[in-house]
Amino acid sequence: MTQRLALGFVVLFGLLAVFGPWLAPMDPTTIDLGAQFASPSAAHWLGTGDNGIDLWSAILHGARLAGLVALGVVGSSVLVGTVLGTLAGYLGGWLDDAISALADVLQAFPGIVLNVAILALVDQPGVLHVIVALSVPGWVLYARLARAEAMSLRDREFVQAAVALGATRMRVLRRHIVPNLLGPVFVQATTGVGGVILAEATLSFLGLGPSQGVSWGALLDQGSAVLLRFPHVALVSGSTIALTVLAFNLAGDGLTDRFDPRTR
Amino acid sequence: MGATYLFRRLIRAVLTILAIITAVFALVRLVPGDPVDSILGDHAAPEEREALRARLKLDLPILEQYTTALGETFDGTLGRSFRTDRTVSSLIGEVIGATVRLGLAALALAWLLAVPLGILAARFRGQRIDRAASFVGVLGLAIPTIWLGPLLILGFGVQLRWAPLPGDGGDSLGALILPAITLGTALAASMMRQTRGALAAALGEPYALAARGRGLPERKIVRGSLRASARPVLTIAAAQIGALLSGTVVVEKIFERPGLGSLFLDAFFSRDIPVVQGCVLVIAVIYVLVNVALDVAYAVADPRVRVQAASA
Repeated sequence: MTQRLALGFVVLFGLLAVFGPWLAPMDPTTIDLGAQFASPSAAHWLGTGDNGIDLWSAILHGARLAGLVALGVVGSSVLVGTVLGTLAGYLGGWLDDAISALADVLQAFPGIVLNVAILALVDQPGVLHVIVALSVPGWVLYARLARAEAMSLRDREFVQAAVALGATRMRVLRRHIVPNLLGPVFVQATTGVGGVILAEATLSFLGLGPSQGVSWGALLDQGSAVLLRFPHVALVSGSTIALTVLAFNLAGDGLTDRFDPRTR
Repeated sequence: MGATYLFRRLIRAVLTILAIITAVFALVRLVPGDPVDSILGDHAAPEEREALRARLKLDLPILEQYTTALGETFDGTLGRSFRTDRTVSSLIGEVIGATVRLGLAALALAWLLAVPLGILAARFRGQRIDRAASFVGVLGLAIPTIWLGPLLILGFGVQLRWAPLPGDGGDSLGALILPAITLGTALAASMMRQTRGALAAALGEPYALAARGRGLPERKIVRGSLRASARPVLTIAAAQIGALLSGTVVVEKIFERPGLGSLFLDAFFSRDIPVVQGCVLVIAVIYVLVNVALDVAYAVADPRVRVQAASA
């Protein structure tokens, strides 16, 4: 039941990320100094924020940004991680050692710290920079998963049979290994989207997010600054972030339960 | 046997730290674009750019840059800040105490809450206390740090006035409570879940069954099984240390506390690259050292690890 609800929320988030900016009643950059931090009303469903921007419109635009970053980071991390992890697991040897060592070093940095260090080196971080900063450590998770799956698939009968029949390495990888490890990778990616949305919000909250566009994290930061007088800004943006991340995590759990026979 | 294990683990830690120094060094040179541009902007005079290049030592041959970086790491200065011209290590030394206090407070809170609750949930699994603990665990893991902090301030600072508001309270213990809860909640939740899971599994083992069959009271069986379930709990604690360190950056901002995270962010905004690098290095090294300490703790808590490591 909760997982159905979560899956519904995930679909809603996807739709809002695509269509949200067109549904928004106002431009979230429209300044209305007369209506700064107004409480929710008929004109502004969720109230207004800094400079009188309409919060509902800002949340809709923020969904686009969160979706874009999530798509970029999870997409590139899954691609790079799956390729490197599969090669490391299936071929083994020095390639495995090299990829595993790189993964170890990247994992020696606690998440956000490496992202910040990368963003410190660009002048005006844009969406692309944020995507890169989150992807550099992001692929490791998928690589570890793909590597473990590839190693266990390598010894299975159907793979052995293909090798014995003279299939090339490339063919074995393409036809037998990769299709069989994509399931767990995609399940992990669902939870991963939630993690990336949270990471983007956190970076924006710290003031390190993309310099253009509206981010939920930046809204929460503005809301925290006026928390004592106008708590609705922080309440609206914070619960949006929390609910979205929770929905993706629950949806990921739901997919694991359904598709991973080991957890049954 | 124990000594060999410890020795090997230390060698691996030293190698990892060397790799981290190299990675931090490589980062500035690998990221596309010129750090000089990002520090000075586009309108700087050529002389200014050259001067900065010399200060960053980017004008030296790459190998010499690397040996300088290693030298500055091992002589303990970590280079000099652009802004204040002080050594990075002295800047870090000033604030690291506050961060360590915050981290330890969060850790203590997590242990004190998570372990007893996890044990209770495993002891009475399937009963009401277990379900309540599981609900709290899910909630604690799901709530983002950037959201929990403002909520706690709103609830306990503004409404109830139990705790000082950010910026007030100074160094007092009261001012540490909300930041420690904000930082420790996710850690506590995952440790609680892990404690419950590991202990529940251990209580289903044949030895627990045998003890039960001989009529030992459940309380004693739980106590006997604790040691066998320590390892997964420590593993999850280790995995969460990175999140804890990242969390200090966020928590120090929310609660306007000085510390390594605040220094790191300030250095980021003023593009003080040596300080950014120094903070990254110190945080990563702390992370590695904590992991070593935890590995040693496993070996102490669970003799099976020592045997495996010695025979591997």
